[in-house]
Amino acid sequence: MFERIKQMIIKEFIHVFRDRRMIAIVFVTPVLQLLVFGYAVTTDVKEISTAVYDLDRSYESRELVRRLESSGYFNIRYFIKNNYEMQELLDAGKVAAAIQINRNFSSELKNNKETEIQMLVDGTDSNTATIAMDYANRIIGMYAKEIKTYNVSKSSNPLSPSLKAGLDVQTRAWYNPDLKSRNYNVPAVIAIVIMLTCLLLTSMAVVREREIGTMEQLMVTPVKPLELILGKTIPFALISFFDVFLVTFVAVFWFDIPIKGQILLMPLNTAIYLLSVLGIGLFISTIARTQQQAMMATFLFYIPAVLLSGFMFPIENMPEIIQFLTYINPLRYFLVIIRGIFLKGNGMSMLWQQMFALLILGISVITISSLRFKKRLE
Amino acid sequence: MRVSRIKAITKKELIQIGRDPLSLAMAFIMPVMLLLIFGYAITLDVNNIRTVVYDSDNSSLSREFVNEFKRSGYFTIVNNITDNRDIDKYLDSGMAQVAIVIPEDFSRKLKGSKNGDAMIIVDGSDSNTATIALGYISAISEIYSQKTKGIKITPLIEPRIRVWYNSELKSRNFIIPGLIAVIMAVIAALLTSLTVAREWERGTMEQLISTPVKSPELITGKLIPYFMIGFIDVLMSVFMAVFLFEVPLKGNFFLLMGLSSIFLFGGLSLGILISIVAKSQLVASQISMVATFLPAFLLSGFMYAISNMPAALQTVTYIIPARYFVSILKGIFLKGSSLKLLTFETFLLMLFGVTVFAIANRKFKKRIA
Repeated sequence: MFERIKQMIIKEFIHVFRDRRMIAIVFVTPVLQLLVFGYAVTTDVKEISTAVYDLDRSYESRELVRRLESSGYFNIRYFIKNNYEMQELLDAGKVAAAIQINRNFSSELKNNKETEIQMLVDGTDSNTATIAMDYANRIIGMYAKEIKTYNVSKSSNPLSPSLKAGLDVQTRAWYNPDLKSRNYNVPAVIAIVIMLTCLLLTSMAVVREREIGTMEQLMVTPVKPLELILGKTIPFALISFFDVFLVTFVAVFWFDIPIKGQILLMPLNTAIYLLSVLGIGLFISTIARTQQQAMMATFLFYIPAVLLSGFMFPIENMPEIIQFLTYINPLRYFLVIIRGIFLKGNGMSMLWQQMFALLILGISVITISSLRFKKRLE
Repeated sequence: MRVSRIKAITKKELIQIGRDPLSLAMAFIMPVMLLLIFGYAITLDVNNIRTVVYDSDNSSLSREFVNEFKRSGYFTIVNNITDNRDIDKYLDSGMAQVAIVIPEDFSRKLKGSKNGDAMIIVDGSDSNTATIALGYISAISEIYSQKTKGIKITPLIEPRIRVWYNSELKSRNFIIPGLIAVIMAVIAALLTSLTVAREWERGTMEQLISTPVKSPELITGKLIPYFMIGFIDVLMSVFMAVFLFEVPLKGNFFLLMGLSSIFLFGGLSLGILISIVAKSQLVASQISMVATFLPAFLLSGFMYAISNMPAALQTVTYIIPARYFVSILKGIFLKGSSLKLLTFETFLLMLFGVTVFAIANRKFKKRIA
């Protein structure tokens, strides 16, 4: 039995790598994907391109603009001279925010009178807009507070309300104190990259034999269905394993993603995760008759699996029915595990529930697929 | 180029597509599924932040402070804990994303003349949620602070912020127009990238070559049926966007369809080119994923702002047609842009399509020879 499986595995490797380009593809595309994802997927909002329309041209107005700029969140690209230009820049998408400071800004501030600032935000990208508004509010608020304190201390009225006790709130961010989105995303990208490579390879390899007609040849050999299944999945499991190793290496050494937990937990968890992925690949191969169908079905599974995994969109914000659906998504569990290992330093005691769930899921999927696969052969 | 030959190839391709109803069905299910997921299931808006409270003061003032968080609607209090070691447990396991820690002397300080203090710990691993949560926290603290002082202090400078184009700041309005570009890139990648490779693999290419069909005729003939499928997908997506998700379409519908056709032509040509170069379906599927799907999804500005990417990657985005198409879609949908504003993007899309078509044509000729 082992001899036959061994021969099947050798045959499969010859098949995959007969086309020399596949060597490059199997090992280069995951790394390429990680690099693109790592750099492109950033939700950090900084350097929002901004236009300033300063009608006041005073020390105070320039100081406020300077503070916006030095915060690092706003990049003042244009100083404009009329209202019309403001509209034009926003329409063309050259700026995402525009700030207008009125003529009497400084004089009102000096007289401790309330004044206002107009700000226009391009809401097309609602996430950036929300964060930009929040930053602007905070920076302007701090500046206003300072001026007020200064004014009050000059007028020396100790009963002024702003000198009464208030509340100081200190905030701290754990696990990722710099709030870098890359630290959160890159470990997750390892998981999704492997999923796609493994799914495509597994599902297409089986269907290919059927499409070209070599499946019949395999059937007449003494190879048993179970051996065929093992022979068809083990090579891709090995390739995927190697890819995980490669991509993790790039994540750690190229992107400087910290690993706070035990890296030794990774191989074990990867193995559990691959069980489900291979199972799904095998399942797709039992539905598809052509490689075209296999590829489309793979994407039909892969895209929702990624979107509904908590990779970019938190699961708790989804409608309840969908949240329920995510329990059958292997990526969901693996993301918690891999992020836990990388960012939080979680050990077995924290992760065993996720691992257990993933294992159960993997065993069920692979059993169902194997049964279907066997039935199709007979 | 003879029209009759193109027609013949188109007819052959249509028959082949008709024989594979499963793939055809998936080509129509894909956009519907993507739109439904993006429209209903996922959102970038942050609410229901799981929060754990460690209140060692337990006074009416501290409870009021916690209530302020509850009332905001952004925070859900999962538990009140009495042991501060539990904070670690809650955050480590992800049962809570935010911990509010209130010290014993919270109310005493507030009643006196000193500033009261509280500490709030945020799980920073999801930096986007954390950043937005921090914004909410500072706003809520400010409101509470003013309330306890008993006087509503109007700030000296009042920022009057207005949002243009998508004034309700719905992430749906921002994502769905761009999604149409992604859908088309996926369709182009999935449908066309295997068409020529399949003929090679099955050995039917030799039969085609022996006919008098010339390469531009063959490529055009193969493009037309997929163009039709892609066009129906665009129509479906636009109708779903407008009527189901109520994304405002401020610009001209016909302009939208016209520019979509140009993009579709480029995308499908790229699919064919990949198919010609790859020769095997396995190789083609992998290349098309990296060359069409990933860039359309990640580097087009559909969800992730290009201006936030490192300079080198920003340069790469200039050769990605989806980038131009996403700004066209967002422009027409949300800003009501006219063709005049979009001339540059339109020109580049055309250039891309024609160039890729020409390269595909040349590569195919070489293959035959």
